[in-house]
Amino acid sequence: MKIVVAIKQVPERDAQFRIDAQAKWIEEADLQFTLNESDAYALEEALQLKEQHGDEVIVVSAGPERIGTTLREALAKGADRAIHIECGDLGARDALGVARLLAAAIQPENPDLILTGLQSEDLGLGQTGVILAELLALPHASLILHVEKTETGLKVKRELEEGWFQTVELPTPAVLTIQSGGNKLRYATLMGIKRAKTKEVRRVTAAELAVDAAPVVVLERVALPQKQKSTQILPGTAKEAAEVLVEKLKVEVRVL
Amino acid sequence: MSGILVVLEERGGRISRFSWEAVAAGQRLGAQLDQPVSAIILGAETEPLATEIAARPLAKVLRVEHPLLARYTADGFTQALQQLIQKEWPAHVVLPHSYQVRDYAPALAARFGEALIGDVVAIGDGPVFTRQLLQGRLNGVYRHTGSGPCFVSVQAGAFRAELSETADLQPAPISLFTPALDPAQIRTKPAEPFRGSAQTVDLASAQRIVSVGRGIREAENIPLVQELATALDAELAASRPICDAGWLPLERQVGSSGQTVSPRLYLAVGISGAIQHQVGMKGAQCIVAINKDPDAPIFEIADYGIVGDLFEVVPALTQAVRAARQ
Repeated sequence: MKIVVAIKQVPERDAQFRIDAQAKWIEEADLQFTLNESDAYALEEALQLKEQHGDEVIVVSAGPERIGTTLREALAKGADRAIHIECGDLGARDALGVARLLAAAIQPENPDLILTGLQSEDLGLGQTGVILAELLALPHASLILHVEKTETGLKVKRELEEGWFQTVELPTPAVLTIQSGGNKLRYATLMGIKRAKTKEVRRVTAAELAVDAAPVVVLERVALPQKQKSTQILPGTAKEAAEVLVEKLKVEVRVL
Repeated sequence: MSGILVVLEERGGRISRFSWEAVAAGQRLGAQLDQPVSAIILGAETEPLATEIAARPLAKVLRVEHPLLARYTADGFTQALQQLIQKEWPAHVVLPHSYQVRDYAPALAARFGEALIGDVVAIGDGPVFTRQLLQGRLNGVYRHTGSGPCFVSVQAGAFRAELSETADLQPAPISLFTPALDPAQIRTKPAEPFRGSAQTVDLASAQRIVSVGRGIREAENIPLVQELATALDAELAASRPICDAGWLPLERQVGSSGQTVSPRLYLAVGISGAIQHQVGMKGAQCIVAINKDPDAPIFEIADYGIVGDLFEVVPALTQAVRAARQ
């Protein structure tokens, strides 16, 4: 089974950030970046499928030079090769524009399966996989926790709301968006890191892919969220704050 | 191109609460743009639901009916809605940001060369649409610049579903639309939904909940929070990463993929408060947050906050609660 995994590099979860001068996005120079969490689960699922059914895992990502480290990390974990879509204006493209880039890069590979994380931790759009399927005219299923290969295609476990699940069968080739938590993530081994250095990272520019980049949805500005409630921050040492809180819960909230 | 179409969803034979919230968002847009708001319901048998919907202040109700829409599939819903939207050509299509909508709306929008503005929490003049970025730590304001319909999905709880008396209102006209669907176009075969595991914990009816997140760092530290829960006579719950890691069972997960709770007290320990978690607990009467990061989004919805190291605050709090309850 030939599998393509579309991955994204995102700011570290706990990173402190500053809004940029134009209030269009955050200052990226200050940030540490990492592999998007649900994409890590998509990669893990792909690697496990490869271990069972053989063939190849290709990772693809769009972004500037810095995403090279994330692609190498995926190679170190066991992906066979990578495609780096060089794109300096990712933020100016909408979900459709980014999916068009990925679709153009993936199409010539003719994979049996395309996996991607459910959503990114930075923009949280949660659309890339579903649009990819649409652009490539493939069936899809989203929020997938488990993938099983069958005679005719795939049997997947899909997460629904409020603790419900559903089994879905679909033919291959197909696109799946992977929910985090379905597998245990592996770490790159020393040997893996060494091997990754010799694996192929093919570069292709966004211009070469010649897709429509004009956005239909524009992020005009960003701002810090307004507080929805007036939070009383309780000062002092841990002990002092704890005692004040208990008093509040007793007298004001009356839950003790 | 004019008008606002709201796509409603059925859950267990009824219109879901999130759908009424989408109607409220549609009406907000309608008032702003001075355009009529209509509702869509899809299924194999939609008449009873359509009658219920028509009692609301809407321009019209569109029943999209076909035997192949009996059970949700992305292919069926996308094709049916594509045909209807082509016919109606609305300026805006508003949907609840449910798991189902997330599964097909991005593809539906792409068919029109459009991109969904998903998980919207506010609609401003313009219109502009606010959605949360970086796990709720930043807001982004989006504008539609495409030439086709603008697709918007709204976050659960962001718009108040109007439940005003509508008895004296003339029911909205109902019309039937039969999409052309072919079984061969439905490529996925979904089975009947099932519950993950036998529910032995009923978080939904708990009065007090102590919930733990990533900040706890290791499974070995969970008892620290369990002790606090016991002292408070509260149920122990968790955010998704804790259940993903297997440190607590899935049935204790609060959030969009877990349970929705509304206790009198929700005490969040080491939980940053990403959107997915907030939708499951923001209905709590009193929210207390303990977190080392003063900018954590959980503090935006908390009534009381303690900024500090949970490994110091939680034991101190357990002790203070025990002392108070003696």
